[in-house]
Amino acid sequence: MTEVAVVGFAQSPCRVREDATTGGVEMLVPILAEALGAAGLTKADIGFWCSGSSDYLAGRAFSFVQAVDAIGAVPPIMESHVEMDGAWALYEAWVKIASGEAETALAYGFGKSSGAELRRVLALQLDPYLVAPLWPDSVSVAALQARLGIEAGLWSEKDMAEVAARSRASAASNPAAQVSGDVTIEDLLGRPYVADPLRAHDCAPVGDGAAVVILASGERARQIRDRPAWITSFWHRTGSGSLGARDLLSVDLRPPGYRPVDVAELHAPFTHQEILLRRALGLGAEADVNPSGGALCANPMFAAGLARIGCAAEAVMSGRASRSLGHATSGPALQQNLICVMEGR
Amino acid sequence: MEIAFDYTRSLGPVLGQFMTALRERRILGARGADGRVHAPPFEYDPETFRPPGELVEVGQAGTVVSWSWLPEPLAGQPLDRPFAWALIRLDGADTAMLHAVDAGSAAAMRTGMRVTARWAADRVGSIRDIACFEPGEGPPERPPEAPSTTGAGSEPVTMTVTPVRLRYVHTASAAESAYLRGLADGRLIGQRCPACGKVYIPSRGTCPADGVPTDSEVELPDTGTVTTFSVVNVGYPGQQVTPPYVAAAVLLDGADIAFQHLILGCDPGEVRMGMRVRAVWRPRAERGTTAGGIGYFAPAGEPDAPYESYARFL
Repeated sequence: MTEVAVVGFAQSPCRVREDATTGGVEMLVPILAEALGAAGLTKADIGFWCSGSSDYLAGRAFSFVQAVDAIGAVPPIMESHVEMDGAWALYEAWVKIASGEAETALAYGFGKSSGAELRRVLALQLDPYLVAPLWPDSVSVAALQARLGIEAGLWSEKDMAEVAARSRASAASNPAAQVSGDVTIEDLLGRPYVADPLRAHDCAPVGDGAAVVILASGERARQIRDRPAWITSFWHRTGSGSLGARDLLSVDLRPPGYRPVDVAELHAPFTHQEILLRRALGLGAEADVNPSGGALCANPMFAAGLARIGCAAEAVMSGRASRSLGHATSGPALQQNLICVMEGR
Repeated sequence: MEIAFDYTRSLGPVLGQFMTALRERRILGARGADGRVHAPPFEYDPETFRPPGELVEVGQAGTVVSWSWLPEPLAGQPLDRPFAWALIRLDGADTAMLHAVDAGSAAAMRTGMRVTARWAADRVGSIRDIACFEPGEGPPERPPEAPSTTGAGSEPVTMTVTPVRLRYVHTASAAESAYLRGLADGRLIGQRCPACGKVYIPSRGTCPADGVPTDSEVELPDTGTVTTFSVVNVGYPGQQVTPPYVAAAVLLDGADIAFQHLILGCDPGEVRMGMRVRAVWRPRAERGTTAGGIGYFAPAGEPDAPYESYARFL
């Protein structure tokens, strides 16, 4: 099978953006130019394009088609789309290269999360017969999972606040982050519940953004960069759609042949989920987890998972890490998970 | 902008039985190949992927497995006062059901507490036939209603309707804003691609061919050519014009892309490809920053444009 590496990454600042439409074009144009420029590529060099976004978020049909304006589709391009986080678009792009159908590919994800009430929009990803008619909001559903873990002794509200504080401190050096800075655990724990046991700091902020990751096959990757981030495993799993039948404290995360990493970027939109993911991956003190601040500091829907892989790839490409891992999640309470492990050579 | 739609779904054999039973104040589950009872029932066994056999009745009371307290309920949720979401394992079941618990305060909630279904007064065969759960075992003598054998309520439930209502705030890009402000002002503002020189109206801010920002504005005249059209003969809810009428692609003079508009002011049968048309603006006082600034296009009374002049825009 063809070897594939990440050779480029860019992300837009995550903000509530008055100037950005649900079509994503305004957020994508600058970062497409940035990622292609840094890799020394032009649009014509990309063999396959794949996007991740959601019509429910945009409030209109075929919203991803408008985003193609940001690429320019003349002469015709080979293009695809997933109604999922851009991380799954990257997976499709990886398959395209690994199977020899393209030498280069660009995956992008975008989301204007602030266009509607996100907690209600996300209720529509639940079972449409038995659950969605009750409109359980995404924060309340995550709170059920958080309490299960607290009562099982896996974490405490203080542990969760510590994740928030550490994430915000790390995000201070990440210009794409929406929230950052120093906070005290005592201060966080004194704040009211949004959905008991979750407080505001336990939940990712609602922000708009986009991310771009470029892949290339072996020879092309070496031409483009001195130190590409070689993908050693790319793997995803889906848990049961039934919240009441799934073990919400157990996620199947470790790809076959998994080896420890120096840097892990985990897509945890809630503090307790970072702890759960760390446990599932067996990440110890040797791993630097979410040096970007993670999704708790910037969670543009349908782009944040792709951005995790991009940040993890940057760690390898810059030489900061010899092996890194990017994780993406989708669905309620970590229902779907994707892992991309990369290494430098 | 409020987007609302009544999702109407067929239930299939398993959920049809489940919903029919809810209407009769009974809750059904499905026994899996491993002997565990799932309530609500699965449609396909998670282990064997086979449909369940005969559904089994489970209790109306159960035990809270996990819960969260929502101090500020959102639109559409089962209760409009603070309540708990809970995963509830009903008596006789091995899996949990997600529903609301009307407990009054978070202090009244704990994992392991007992709760009982509170039924809606009007039941139609929906998960919302359970209004919510309430703490305690409920009245001991509350026999399920016998299935009624007469009247409209006796037919099995086969469909479910879920109204979805979401409010979106759509922002206009800079290019769209310029276009919409122009319409209010009685002007047509497009943008030119710096790479290929093409003029787009309305512009979405980038050239869809080259993918580069279109940053220079171009004012276009309000005359153009019908490149293609269709005669609308069918009525639909919310229709603004009485059929038959013509919806056409109008290529404004100087533009490189046609946009869709109405052609009125003549018999639909007179509209043809190449017809020259002119915008009929709404009175200034009625114009806002919306696409409605131009009411419609009407025949300009000029000779038709030759086919070659618009062929590449078809």
